[in-house]
Amino acid sequence: MVDDATPAAENPDAEAARAAPLAWRGSMKRFLTLTAGPIVAAFVLSAVILLLVGVNPLTYYGYILERSLFSGLGLEQTATRMAPLLFLCASLIVAFRAGIWNLGTDGQFLLGAVVAAAIAPLLVSVLPGWAVLLTGFVLAMIAGGLWSIVPALLKAYQGVNEIITTLMMSFLGVLLASTLVKLVFRDPETTVPQTRTLPVEDRLPRLFDTSISSGLIWGLVAVLAVHLMMTRTAFGMKLRMVGANPAAASHAGLSVPLLTMATFALSAGFAGLSGASEILGVAGNVRADWNPAYGLMVIPLVFLARFHGVGSIVLVFFYSALLIGSESAARRLGVPQDFTLVLVASLLICLGLGEYIDYRKQKQER
Amino acid sequence: MGGLLTEAFLSSLLTGAIVAAVPILLAGLGEQMSEKAGVLNVGIEGMMLMGAYTGFLAAFQTSSLWLGFLGGILGGLLTALVMAILCVRMGLNQIVIGIGLTLGAEGLTALLHHFQFSRSYPRLPAPERLDIPGLTDLPVIGPSLFARHPIVYFALLAVVVLALLYRRTNLGMTLRAAGERPAALDVAGGNVVGIRLAAVLFTGAMAGLGGAYLANIAAGLFIPFMTGGAGFIGIVLAMLARGRPLWVLIGALIFGAALSLTTALQVAGSTMPTEVIQMLPFAAVMLVLVLFGRRAKLPSALAVSYERGAR
Repeated sequence: MVDDATPAAENPDAEAARAAPLAWRGSMKRFLTLTAGPIVAAFVLSAVILLLVGVNPLTYYGYILERSLFSGLGLEQTATRMAPLLFLCASLIVAFRAGIWNLGTDGQFLLGAVVAAAIAPLLVSVLPGWAVLLTGFVLAMIAGGLWSIVPALLKAYQGVNEIITTLMMSFLGVLLASTLVKLVFRDPETTVPQTRTLPVEDRLPRLFDTSISSGLIWGLVAVLAVHLMMTRTAFGMKLRMVGANPAAASHAGLSVPLLTMATFALSAGFAGLSGASEILGVAGNVRADWNPAYGLMVIPLVFLARFHGVGSIVLVFFYSALLIGSESAARRLGVPQDFTLVLVASLLICLGLGEYIDYRKQKQER
Repeated sequence: MGGLLTEAFLSSLLTGAIVAAVPILLAGLGEQMSEKAGVLNVGIEGMMLMGAYTGFLAAFQTSSLWLGFLGGILGGLLTALVMAILCVRMGLNQIVIGIGLTLGAEGLTALLHHFQFSRSYPRLPAPERLDIPGLTDLPVIGPSLFARHPIVYFALLAVVVLALLYRRTNLGMTLRAAGERPAALDVAGGNVVGIRLAAVLFTGAMAGLGGAYLANIAAGLFIPFMTGGAGFIGIVLAMLARGRPLWVLIGALIFGAALSLTTALQVAGSTMPTEVIQMLPFAAVMLVLVLFGRRAKLPSALAVSYERGAR
């Protein structure tokens, strides 16, 4: 990069001394164009849209910050909301690093949630608390994974583009989840169609004296485990090979179809776990019309973090704060929550622009 | 369910099939053009939604449906312009930007609609129809096939025109070259970026028109998130049609029928939850993909941005 361009000096020590701050400045510049810049630009772009509809962006952003980060309760809610988002990050990191576009996480998430909500309350009287939660998580993972089998088979053995199949299965999954709640798992004692409720004391334990759900810990573990698996293990290496160049991976003797199936299973399994973490940790039941649609919204975060686990965790924290703040702002300032969609979209677009600028610069320097 | 096969039911089923087929036909034809040129346009859902919004707004403000369609085309075109600049001109990832545009259009239209109409959903007056004398009076098929808004005939005309364009003209060959071997087209003196830009803009215009039809004719009102995957179904149609507009039409009619079963069954008083019925079109798409997915043929340079001299 920058230090490549400096002409070779006669004294190597002096060169090294000069190159070090230059390299540091170079990576700083890259951080600005690739990460900080796009985030700021996205907030500015969205501020323009807020101005257009007659909302003062400073008031709005200020309110969100105050509500989600500078109040004790808000911070606890932000931390709790991170759990399902972190599991989704784990799901997408596996898929994207292996070159699979799993865009169906919404359906997998909801089916996992419904299965967990259907089974766990029934087991409370039979099994000890930890076994109830474990069963709920495992079944949710299986439910999410099962919902990706058709796209996985089609991709692995027929080469059908998974973007379309996972999206279609996602629409189906969302509708199926709602149908299951209405027809099969409905709590007979309520008038609103919803599943039976897991009692508060049987949900995931709270952390210390706060209201933060311990799902947060499991979410963090999931992201870090996936990150290490993809970057440090032979299996992760195989998956990344398939993602980078399927033909080359096949020549190297890897079974591309089987690895593709494994990627789908892992990715969709984590999406199912995400749904379960929200139900077993926070909500306790699923209403028939419940669909938070986190799936597509997590995609820009994972991209912004360049599929890196730790980076994703930092971004999920801020995104979670944004969600909590905007939910409150919808009630208090009358700005519908759909605004977060605009913000996420601007983030994706600014992110792309940052990448473009970086690419052009690197090309000039070469 | 004995009274299901009444004339009213069949008539509403057929009418519904055509009304539901037109937006996905327009979207599918548009998507086909950009896929041919090598751009996988995942943003088409957003373009449709934007077209539905601007189209409805234009029709509502001017009380002219034709200006409404123009507004829809412009809305789709503007959204496609973003895609064209970012993905074709700058070569950014088409899938990421496509998802971004879809999310952005969803958020933006919902936001703007909220600040304009709050929670009310004003309706447009019923559209005028182009009656074909004699044919309209036939039982069952008469009112459903031959008493439609002129846009329906425009969509059918577009199928024929596009089929001729792809098979009989140099432009059609150039489009295919841009999708299959952009480097070869470049060497032969063609303008890869130019033709792809044009194709993406055409997709936007068609999707916008489809969205405007959905809002102004099929529904008569705008509801946030109203496209509900119609654009994605358009992508499936384009993928399965192997570059032939006629197949897009056939596919659109099949999915239109599945979509209209949703409403027809509700009219007939089915007691199933609406979600079960709403699954039909998506289940149909999956079934078709399972059966014929292998036959889907996509251009070899699809979703690969072109840069001269890049390896």
